[in-house]
Amino acid sequence: MSYNIFKIIREGLRGNKGWKKTWRNPNIKKKYDVIIIGGGGHGLATAFYLAKEFNIKNIAVLEKNWIGGGNVGRNTTIIRSNYLLNENEAFYEFSLRLWESLEKQINYNAMVSQRGVLNIFHSDAQKDSFIRRGNSMIINGADAELYDVNKIKSIYPFLDYENSRFPIKGGLYQKRGGTVRHDAVAWGYAHAADKLGVDIIQNCEVNNFKFKSGACLGVETNKGFIKANKVGCAVAGSTSLLLSKADMTLPIESHVLQAFVSESIKPIIPGVITFGAGHFYISQSDKGGLVFGGDIDGYNSYAQRGNLDTLEDVCESGLALMPTISKARLLRMWGGIMDMSMDGSPIIDKTHIKGLYMNAGWCYGGFKATPASGWCFAHLIAKNYSHSLSENFKLDRFKNGYMIDEKGQGAQPNLH
Amino acid sequence: MIINHPLLGPRDLNEFIYYGDASLLKRPKWDDKNAEDKFYKYLYLRKNIAGIHKELWFHQQGDRSWLVVTRNTKNHEIIKVELATEVVKGLDKQYEQNK
Amino acid sequence: MNKINRIKSSLIDTKKEINFIFNDKKYIGFKGDTLGSALLANNVKLIGRSFKYHRPRGIISHGSEEPNGLVEVINDHYNEPNTKITTVELYEGLRAKSQNCWPSVKYDLMSINNKLSNFITAGFYYKTFMWPSSFWEKIYEPLIRKAAGLGSLSLSNSSRNSEKGFLHCDVLIIGSGPSGLVSAYIAGLSGARVILVEEDFIFGGSLNSETFTISDMPAQDWVKFIIKELNKLTNVKLMKKTEIIGMFDHGIFGAVEKNKYKKIDQIFWKITTKKTLLCSGSTERLIPFQNNDLPGIMLSNSIRSFVNRWGVKSFKKVLLFTNNDDAYSTAMNLIDNEINCIGIVDTRDNPKNVNPKINVYTSSQVINAHGNLKLKSVDIINSEGKIINVECDFLGVSGGWNPNIHISCHTGVKPEWNNKILAFTPGKNNISTHLETAGSANGKFTLNECFCDSEIKIVQILSELKIKPKKFVIPMIEKDTFNIDPFWFVESGKKRKWVDLQNDVTVNDIEIAYNENFRSVEHLKRYTTLGMGTDQGKTANVTGLAILAHLSNKLIPEVGTTIFRPPYVPVSLDAIVGSATYKNYKPIRLTPTHNWAEANGASFTESGLWLRAEWYSQKNEKNWRETVDREVNSVRNSVGFCDVSTLGKIDIQGRDAQDFINKIYSNGFAKLPIGKVRYGLMLREDGLVMDDGTTARMSEDHFIMTTTTINAESVYRHLEFCHQCLWPEMDVHLISTTDAWAQIAIAGPNSRKIISKIVDSEFDISNENFPFMACKELTICSGIKARLFRISFSGELAYELSIPTQYASSLVSYLMEVGKNEKIIPYGTEALGVMRIEKGHAAGAELNGTISALNLNMDKMVSTKKESIGMILSKREGLRLPDGLRLIGLKPIDPKTQLTSGSHLFNENDNRKPENDIGYVTSSCYSPTLKSYIALAFLKNGTERFGEKIKVSNPILKKETTAEICNPIFVDENGDRLRG
Repeated sequence: MSYNIFKIIREGLRGNKGWKKTWRNPNIKKKYDVIIIGGGGHGLATAFYLAKEFNIKNIAVLEKNWIGGGNVGRNTTIIRSNYLLNENEAFYEFSLRLWESLEKQINYNAMVSQRGVLNIFHSDAQKDSFIRRGNSMIINGADAELYDVNKIKSIYPFLDYENSRFPIKGGLYQKRGGTVRHDAVAWGYAHAADKLGVDIIQNCEVNNFKFKSGACLGVETNKGFIKANKVGCAVAGSTSLLLSKADMTLPIESHVLQAFVSESIKPIIPGVITFGAGHFYISQSDKGGLVFGGDIDGYNSYAQRGNLDTLEDVCESGLALMPTISKARLLRMWGGIMDMSMDGSPIIDKTHIKGLYMNAGWCYGGFKATPASGWCFAHLIAKNYSHSLSENFKLDRFKNGYMIDEKGQGAQPNLH
Repeated sequence: MIINHPLLGPRDLNEFIYYGDASLLKRPKWDDKNAEDKFYKYLYLRKNIAGIHKELWFHQQGDRSWLVVTRNTKNHEIIKVELATEVVKGLDKQYEQNK
Repeated sequence: MNKINRIKSSLIDTKKEINFIFNDKKYIGFKGDTLGSALLANNVKLIGRSFKYHRPRGIISHGSEEPNGLVEVINDHYNEPNTKITTVELYEGLRAKSQNCWPSVKYDLMSINNKLSNFITAGFYYKTFMWPSSFWEKIYEPLIRKAAGLGSLSLSNSSRNSEKGFLHCDVLIIGSGPSGLVSAYIAGLSGARVILVEEDFIFGGSLNSETFTISDMPAQDWVKFIIKELNKLTNVKLMKKTEIIGMFDHGIFGAVEKNKYKKIDQIFWKITTKKTLLCSGSTERLIPFQNNDLPGIMLSNSIRSFVNRWGVKSFKKVLLFTNNDDAYSTAMNLIDNEINCIGIVDTRDNPKNVNPKINVYTSSQVINAHGNLKLKSVDIINSEGKIINVECDFLGVSGGWNPNIHISCHTGVKPEWNNKILAFTPGKNNISTHLETAGSANGKFTLNECFCDSEIKIVQILSELKIKPKKFVIPMIEKDTFNIDPFWFVESGKKRKWVDLQNDVTVNDIEIAYNENFRSVEHLKRYTTLGMGTDQGKTANVTGLAILAHLSNKLIPEVGTTIFRPPYVPVSLDAIVGSATYKNYKPIRLTPTHNWAEANGASFTESGLWLRAEWYSQKNEKNWRETVDREVNSVRNSVGFCDVSTLGKIDIQGRDAQDFINKIYSNGFAKLPIGKVRYGLMLREDGLVMDDGTTARMSEDHFIMTTTTINAESVYRHLEFCHQCLWPEMDVHLISTTDAWAQIAIAGPNSRKIISKIVDSEFDISNENFPFMACKELTICSGIKARLFRISFSGELAYELSIPTQYASSLVSYLMEVGKNEKIIPYGTEALGVMRIEKGHAAGAELNGTISALNLNMDKMVSTKKESIGMILSKREGLRLPDGLRLIGLKPIDPKTQLTSGSHLFNENDNRKPENDIGYVTSSCYSPTLKSYIALAFLKNGTERFGEKIKVSNPILKKETTAEICNPIFVDENGDRLRG
């Protein structure tokens, strides 16, 4: 069913009894053209674009739990395209453009809100690197502005300009950056993909692949074998586990990233803001909760929870930037499993097995990448060669020395 | 987390810095035939185990020991903590015996 | 302001009056009151407005589960929003006001939402506001945001005094109700180190709300007795007003204590415990029926609590609605206190052991509530299906009990469904055995069961700790039963039935979510916002789950459960940070000459945690540029000095020290003579540059390595890794001496003159005997141990002098004295930076972690003839591109045009497209030596293009200029000066 204000009024008058399923619970077919493993944001987006842009109709998305339960449902909802390296910037700018037209495409209000993303800097060296980054953004067609302290004061009058350990010297601002209602992205893509005939199958866990002479024939699941011409994996933190079934060892470590939300308070923070002298970023949701986070805990983990030290570090950094929020109360904290790659950039590539494709290594930047990741992965699966925007995100770049290392940290995932 | 340092006893997580999989102890020989490929695999590829994982931690705020910690990545339970030097010496011995 | 009579309670001291203000009106409460009990005693029922529909709401509970009774507490310097009135201990002068309402809590204009509720049900916003898309940010969202949020933060930066602390114990007991007290007492008597924490401001938990007797004492007195006994035990620490935030790995708990210690308002404790016993009790739940959110409708046990603990007398006509036995205790307590208890509406057909004094409507349900701003009457449907209207001012509801299992979930353990008590109990903790649960938190809903369970659990814990448990006679009480029938919500009626009172989630919302296929618990929660409020779903979650189960025709455990996450109760952010705020956010590192520099007019800049002098302004200088130009000119023409102590210094000793260093640096170090220094390039294992610096050989087996300031720690860690993890057989000893040795650079053509004045006369530092790259241990100023290195970052004749830190400040004063004739000056990091750019030395901006030796034109410094870290992978194709980036210099065509760092480079005729982007500027400055702006940059194939012109583009600053590509060494290309 399609959604609009008239439906809401009609249903409101009829006691809201007529709403249909946002997506169906279909029976599993014996065979699909394409199976996407992973009903998260990337998997659902891939299925949607396969159906919409690449004209493939017989698609299933297999989700081991409930759709949108991975990182798309446990992130800090930020979208932006403020990258340093051209390989990344071009891709994320494409993603931001897809966000801008997303709601019309999927007929679902994911509350894409371009409230502005501000990265604060505190030293001349940091300023130089933000200028370089801002220039990359502009060169790639994105928007970027350099704010001085007075300009920052005009939008964020309550930051600590007087007593801070690391004085604020300015910021890099992207007006088109912002936030999106994260869960709604999964539901919206599911809704739109379902309308195009994609089968979304929840509680269906893939246990293994079936291979024959170097080609993938389908997947073994807890609901039986399902045949497929092509299989795409979009399982984020579980990628290493899943692809170990295909004898692959990957340049990926799984790490836990925590996120935090405060009690609901009247709006004070208009956009997204990041601290430059510590790990902290924050925005305020439409419900009024302060949504914030910091660095990953820093050790390999598959437990969806972190430790106290990170909470302390994040809060200390947050209050160093904006002491005003000190009386807000932390309401909930949770952890997600990040597929941290060896250079901090993603992998969208074929594998050594014919018909098996992978999409992984999103580190903690996966949410904002959702539309572009889905599009480029769909392109790769449909056409069997990379989209021009993701052609650098190849698996063999580590072997050949073409790393895309935004932070320059080298082969240590927990530093990216 | 509490890491039970073999020399210093139980110590809090915030004294330590994490590096990664203890396979980083097994650095290939530089003059091997396929050294480049071996080094690539050594440095970049990770088993990324969900379960019992041997990994390297540095006691930054302590005695500066590198430790090999055996930890379950699914629930963070720590099973064993050893000095990296001891582990490496053990590995070398194994290597000699296998020769 | 009338004095309000109270029922007698040992926990309310009616002799001690407390004045407080709510919504600008004055009231009186007593010592022992919470803000909630005091307001209720003063007949204030309307407290605030609900989140979405702005429905009038009153208090429903007496603890941290409260979803409705939220206020802003106003202090002199700040507000504390969303404060639960049921947990605030009343204090003299307390001021509070209702929130989320305008202009007042009685007349709230936003309650228009209530009229529109049919159109703004769960998830309505996902289905509209999509057209036109620009309207979302401009119109729709601002409207939504305007309505969002509960209380407001004051924009003041004033802070409470917070501290952090650490505690250790054998057994942590969470909760001081019956189970907590008995367990703590047994553990304490047995000699275990015990910490007992309680969130309330008095110990005793549910016992404070009861009237039965334990060991022949009224429950409240028994609590006092046990606490007195516990206080005698030195191995037991009692902590009230302490909230546990959560359980983390390996028995670490975060807790916030709000007891005041002198000037400290709150302490964030990290408690490390061997074992934990969770005795957090249980929380009563509501039964949704039409209009069940009217002020006056409360939890049955909360009414009991307000009567027994707080002596609240405001209840005039009370009706109870239940599916279990517990409401009967409430009824008896009301009757005993001569409060009109009209009766109990029991959904069960045959409740057992009913006291004849109680009027019971069996097989009946409350189906609707009436009243405007407060409860006036309810409709009951009785066993014959007849609807009766009953007048009452309070309705106590008991839909059963939920054990407070939250903390048991914090390490990922799923709760288990118990069909006998119709609730979740803690799951088996197969991960670690840190935590056990006892008492009603474990689903033991009678007091006798609680006591027995606690004894079993604590004895088990003690034996695991190898502590012999002391015998303790467990008290037993009479008449103690708990029976419950499943009854989750009232089906009849079309009006809204409230499940989550704070977030305004109704039974109908859950139905909509179900129909739209949001059938997983997590989907339900996220779609309807059920359980996402400040009460963290303590009263709503399980009921919501049961309704979902009902809709899907499944059993509750089949529908699933949600894992509770920390914190157990919301905790203010300033409590977590302790005193690490403002300037104390991170430690400040000062250089050894900091005080001297400050006294001599230095400005300082942050460099990591360090503060370094960036320049030393003189009175006549108009701006920093003038100062820096003077400093550079002085050094280049005469002499200056600079504190470079922040450089990392690593002392390397041992028989294999030379071989070790030879493996660390990519360039050869095998043949460094004693008394010589060499520049070293350090790669990461991936073949990119990690750091650079110098290493001096002081003797056969003693080397001193310097690193950049920023990498001091990571290089040291890397060296320890290489030694301990890769080559433990090498005889090498490493120690970081960064803080032990001060290092002063003395640079300029007159530097030898100065050095010779301070070095003791027996040491020959002539150019012949102490040439460029020499080093020596010697003494200065008549016997002070020092190390002298003839190295140069500025490109001038220069030395670095290393002395024990404590002499640094005297040394620089002395340098000023002996250098008077040469007009010696101190110079800061800015002049240092200018001179290194003039010399084309790579520094932090160039060593950005993506750069290879080849990029720095230092390919020859990677020896392929020896083993070194990073050599092998530096051979990869991507790191060896023939037309890859090269370090170059840039000179603007017009010397007065600034070249800014961060600019991108394009060929002159190319437009600004990413595919034409061929490099970037890393460092730039005005060179007083060349009288021109200059810059260092990385440019594709740059070293082949000296003399060509290039476009330097800086669109973010709206600047673009043309520059000439040149050798990055701008000054003294052949190095004659530094050898002079």
